[in-house]
Amino acid sequence: MSRSQRIAVAGLDFIPDLSGALFAPDFGALLVADLHLEKGTSLARRGVHLPPYDTRESLNQLRAVIDATRPQRLIFLGDSFHDGAARERIDAEDLATLRRITAEVETLWITGNHDPKPPEDIGGRILSEVTLGPVSLRHEPKPLAEGEAEIAGHLHPAAAIHARGHRIRCRCFIADERRVIMPAFGSYTGALNVRSDAFAGLFGEFSVWMIGAKAIHRFPAAKVR
Amino acid sequence: MSLPQRFLDWFGARGWSPRAHQLAVLAHAQARESVLLISPTGGGKTLAGFLPSLAEITERGSQGSIHTLYISPLKALAVDIARNLEAPVAEMDLPVTIETRTGDTPHSKRLRQRQRPPDILITTPEQVSLLVADPHAAHMLKGLRTVILDELHSMVTSKRGVLLCLALARLQTHAPDAIRIGLSATVADPDALRAWLVPSHSTPAPLVLGRPGARPDIRILASVERVPWSGHSALYAIPEIYREIGKAKLTLVFVNTRSQAELVFQALWEANDDNLPIALHHGSLDVAQRRKVEAAMGEGRLRAVVCTSTLELGIDWGDVDLVVHVGAPKGSSRLLQRIGRSNHKLDLPSQALLVPSNRFEVLECQAALQAAQENAQDTEYPMVQKLDVLAQHIMGRACAGPFFADEFYAEVTSAWTYRNLTREDFGKAIDFVATGGYALKAYERYAKLKSQADGSLRLSHPRLAMAYRLNMGTIVEDEMLKVRLAHVKRRLGKRVVTGGRVLGEVEEWFLSQLTVGTTFLFSGEVLRFEGLDEFGALATRSNDREPMVPSYQGGKFPLSTYLASRVRDLLSNPEAWNDLPTQVRNWLSLQRFRSVVPKASQMLVETFPRADKHYMVCYPFEGRLAHQTLGMLLTRRLERAGLQPLGFVASEYALVIWMVRDISLLIAAGRLSLDRLFDQDMLGDDLDAWLAKSSLMKRTFRNAAIIAGLIERRQPGKEKTMRQMTVNTDLIYDVLRTHQPDHILLRAAWDDAAEGLIDAWRLGAMLKRIRGQILHRALDTVSPLAVPVLLEIGRESVSGEGHDALLAEAANDLIDEAMRLV
Repeated sequence: MSRSQRIAVAGLDFIPDLSGALFAPDFGALLVADLHLEKGTSLARRGVHLPPYDTRESLNQLRAVIDATRPQRLIFLGDSFHDGAARERIDAEDLATLRRITAEVETLWITGNHDPKPPEDIGGRILSEVTLGPVSLRHEPKPLAEGEAEIAGHLHPAAAIHARGHRIRCRCFIADERRVIMPAFGSYTGALNVRSDAFAGLFGEFSVWMIGAKAIHRFPAAKVR
Repeated sequence: MSLPQRFLDWFGARGWSPRAHQLAVLAHAQARESVLLISPTGGGKTLAGFLPSLAEITERGSQGSIHTLYISPLKALAVDIARNLEAPVAEMDLPVTIETRTGDTPHSKRLRQRQRPPDILITTPEQVSLLVADPHAAHMLKGLRTVILDELHSMVTSKRGVLLCLALARLQTHAPDAIRIGLSATVADPDALRAWLVPSHSTPAPLVLGRPGARPDIRILASVERVPWSGHSALYAIPEIYREIGKAKLTLVFVNTRSQAELVFQALWEANDDNLPIALHHGSLDVAQRRKVEAAMGEGRLRAVVCTSTLELGIDWGDVDLVVHVGAPKGSSRLLQRIGRSNHKLDLPSQALLVPSNRFEVLECQAALQAAQENAQDTEYPMVQKLDVLAQHIMGRACAGPFFADEFYAEVTSAWTYRNLTREDFGKAIDFVATGGYALKAYERYAKLKSQADGSLRLSHPRLAMAYRLNMGTIVEDEMLKVRLAHVKRRLGKRVVTGGRVLGEVEEWFLSQLTVGTTFLFSGEVLRFEGLDEFGALATRSNDREPMVPSYQGGKFPLSTYLASRVRDLLSNPEAWNDLPTQVRNWLSLQRFRSVVPKASQMLVETFPRADKHYMVCYPFEGRLAHQTLGMLLTRRLERAGLQPLGFVASEYALVIWMVRDISLLIAAGRLSLDRLFDQDMLGDDLDAWLAKSSLMKRTFRNAAIIAGLIERRQPGKEKTMRQMTVNTDLIYDVLRTHQPDHILLRAAWDDAAEGLIDAWRLGAMLKRIRGQILHRALDTVSPLAVPVLLEIGRESVSGEGHDALLAEAANDLIDEAMRLV
């Protein structure tokens, strides 16, 4: 029943999804940032045995949003793998799921600081940046020249608002007319408040699209605490 | 019963003689029997515990190993006990060495204690666990003869007690002949403690009773002011409390929560025309500050201290001659413990004044007063079998050296708290420690416990032992941040805030609610929040008269089941109302006239319309936690029945739910049955479905994950960066629940929630009790009894589960604004 939201950048409309993915209808492209696969198992060597189901959970979510949007291409905006050894730790079944996805949909892996060299045996192409019409897709946001626009990840944005005496904090998309920063998709990824220093100077008059349990809610910068 | 001559001389020189219970404990100890001593404070209980050890060491001479372990629940108490014991030892010139070992004991002293152990080691439960986890434990404990457990009643009701019982089982393995001497205040069920004290399936420890003290002298404040309908601040009574403080030498003013302590302290300070020295003492204040207050009490420099349970246990600081209890005491034993802080001598009656903060609390105070005068106890039953605690203990066992699972299982089940542990659950706990216990085998390579050729299990890396030592313990606190007094300067028109003196610590969630400029009460002052830096919160003093205070945490001590039933009795018996203040009596009489007063066995349900909504109020008297859970579950049912519930608020005594449809009408038409609505089956699927998503559940899961060792609180040299390194436990909870709902940690969390935050067991007992006993009244308007809980609406935030609705509402408000502008 909720009208789906739109994020307009450089004259194009993008549709934010509850999962944290972003759909670009003009290009049939599904964008996913900061998957951080195998983050759960990354502390194993230190003796911290977190439930190793985060990869499976993230892939289930990914499968669902692919089935719902039927994209022609799937673009990961970097930090898809939590570290260089993630490929060795990933469970065989999860690896098979990932390979089925890359076999089915054209996949582009943009590199990130956590995965400067993503595994090459999973399918898809590895790139440092992708251009989608007037918009550049990259992992870390960069200073934009006149007329440039970008969609990036890396910062794991979250926003908080105050309502009826409650402080409500959710993952979010943050955007102005030139730049979108996407929330982290991975099930164990934390989030950083958009009011923190890491976001300083990136946006003009922005809005956030907060991801609730059942719907996405847009708020102007003035409401965001 | 033989006491060496120098002991008798020492008693004689002081004109004393050993008390009967001291000699009885000595007799049991000399017969090498464990024993439980129950005695009120001030009865020479500590000496009773030590006498057998002092006598034996004196006679046999020091053996160069630890003879006696004395376990105290508080670090500060351990130090004071050691100091107090040194006096008689010196006066009798006994050849006994006494040392303490707490979290503050430096490494060098610990090493020395290993090489040259004292005869008596005074320590805390956590330190005992660390001691038995030491690879040298067997050597250090081989001469152990006695374990003394002080304030046993306070330890057994928490996970600390559950862990301590396991540590005792380890001690038993190292020193099979050692006996245990339990020292306890009066409890409801001494037999449980007697069984707790000794290995399971052996004869319970014999019980020795100390002489009971004089009956306390308790009054309820007969206020000339109007007693409020609701609220918890008791500010109406401040002038009267202040007058009582003026009449006494030293008054302890007990309150139930830290925020209440801040409020009452602030109000007393404003009423303090005579400049009486009044201090504040609670768990958030800086330790140095607390020690200062304790010292000032001891030196007789204070007239009153406003405090929470921080001053409930332990040795005497000064001559307290009056205890004022602000707010309802919540339990008879708690009240007795607190008023025992005054006139800490057996023959003089303790003086206590109860100050109810609202009308229902008048009833509760009256019930508590009667219960206390009868010395009726309602202490909780000892806590048993926690899987997260077991996991921690298994890790500790592995740190001490390789072990065989079956042998260890026999030892664990010899602890009373784990006597019913199945071999299967024990195996699951071992798996959890080794590899996380996941169906997905991701951690075989990184197992923490490895099987050896002989079938024993050993720790895979010594680093894990270090992590255990840093992280063990069962007290999980909310993330705390330091609050510092800040200096504000203006530089180039900008406010520059720099941090200064530390005032204390406060929960992170509380600070996360504040925005810069908000004022709050802390450390007895109104502070203005100035922001956060890497060390915590910064605040300046404010002139603001009306600070925003943390909301009342009513859940801290729920009304005891015992006291609740006495309150129901009192309510049902109009003759007993004669003991109540006139205004309260009139309130109840009016209730009888306008609605009805239920019998003690009944639960009253009232339904009535108000404004454009319909209300249902019920009065189970089972405490806020159980009522909140009931509110959640009833709301789901009313939703399904089409009554369109809008919200609910729970108090300690009652629950109100409001809705769109006319509930009175539906009941009259036979379309809604209250018996069906309150049927016990709500504790099945509905409870599971709600719990799964509840934030309460996530909180209990976090605690269980920390205790079980899944999440490390501290890492060597990495304390500050932990936050970035760990994964949020809420995320872990969600993922684990989806992929392995029967995981041992989820079971542990469910178990904790059922007896803690959601109080499901108590709710279950209540639903059973009221079956066929629901008394319904359909009214035209709100009843007198319902007013207090209705006044809580709006003051209490409705439970924070439905964030989506709030988000949508906030977004819609914006749309409305936008539409008006157009």
